[in-house]
Amino acid sequence: MTKQHALTDFCLQLGDTALIHGQRLGELCGHAPILEEDIALTNISLDLIGQARIMLAYAGKLEGQNRDEDQLAFHRDAWLFRNVLMAELPNGDFGFTIGKIFFLSIYMKHLYRLLSQAKDETIKAFAEKSLKEVVYHARHASDWVIRLGDGTVESHQRMQNTMDDLSLYTDDLFETTDAEAYLVKENIIPGLAEIKKAWMDDVISVLNEAKLTLPAANSFLRKGGKRGLHTEHLGHILAEMQFLPRAYPDAKW
Amino acid sequence: MQNNNDTQWMLWEVFTQEKPGAPFEHAGSLRAPDKELALLNARDVYSRRNEAINIWVVPADAITASTPDDEGPFFDPSNDKAYRHPNFYKTPAGIKQI
Repeated sequence: MTKQHALTDFCLQLGDTALIHGQRLGELCGHAPILEEDIALTNISLDLIGQARIMLAYAGKLEGQNRDEDQLAFHRDAWLFRNVLMAELPNGDFGFTIGKIFFLSIYMKHLYRLLSQAKDETIKAFAEKSLKEVVYHARHASDWVIRLGDGTVESHQRMQNTMDDLSLYTDDLFETTDAEAYLVKENIIPGLAEIKKAWMDDVISVLNEAKLTLPAANSFLRKGGKRGLHTEHLGHILAEMQFLPRAYPDAKW
Repeated sequence: MQNNNDTQWMLWEVFTQEKPGAPFEHAGSLRAPDKELALLNARDVYSRRNEAINIWVVPADAITASTPDDEGPFFDPSNDKAYRHPNFYKTPAGIKQI
């Protein structure tokens, strides 16, 4: 592994997670339960697409093969994507969508907080700018988790189901890839090991208020998103996202 | 009046402030189940492009408003009395926000 490879791969991890999470939320444009939430979810989606754009553009530059952010987003196949698995899961019911934003935004908040001290200037600037955005996403999602968890019998049950289902994918967030390990060893980014505990503390504090629980450690935890081992859902989302630019490669709009 | 068939959330009026010291202006209204979510929704609906640095949300039914019928008695009497209007002063140079 060279520095160039490690940095490129790490930027794809950041960019792809933001891109796929944002694309999923974009599916809800015009379909959210109420107008105000429709606008909120698409705002979050747009923040994420903006983050993806910065990181994929940088990854393209690092890679040195003349690929811009659009090339990387629309002309790569599923196994080359480095996003965490939770981002690619379908939206499900409103509780599930909120649960995904909840877990992912708290994860991104602590990740970006640490990366604000990265030695790499582009990653540092990206993390500082994006931190403000994900802090808001976490606030929005946490407020909903509390209201749905401590709401009606049905909303509580649905939110608890979300916690149970998503807990299969939480360890995937904290898997250390070779690229991360290399960049930490070379002192280019700070160690990321403390994220898991900070994430868990935040999550538990909201879940206590929401009267929800995380299931005890599951025997079967899915991992590998950041290494390109994805669920069956990624291929479908890419098919929809990539169809147009692949069918009409020079199309302008 | 409570309408039991109305399943919509409470109506809130939103006021935004553009910069420090500027007056809060009515931006519009929205629906939300409580005041915290009303504030978050207001941020998303009315300040998506940095339009505000501060936001107030007020339950719509907490606002007492004049009605169109009030137009005459409420507002007309000031029209024909020029001395009510500050037209006879020069504004000093450099004064902003007037």
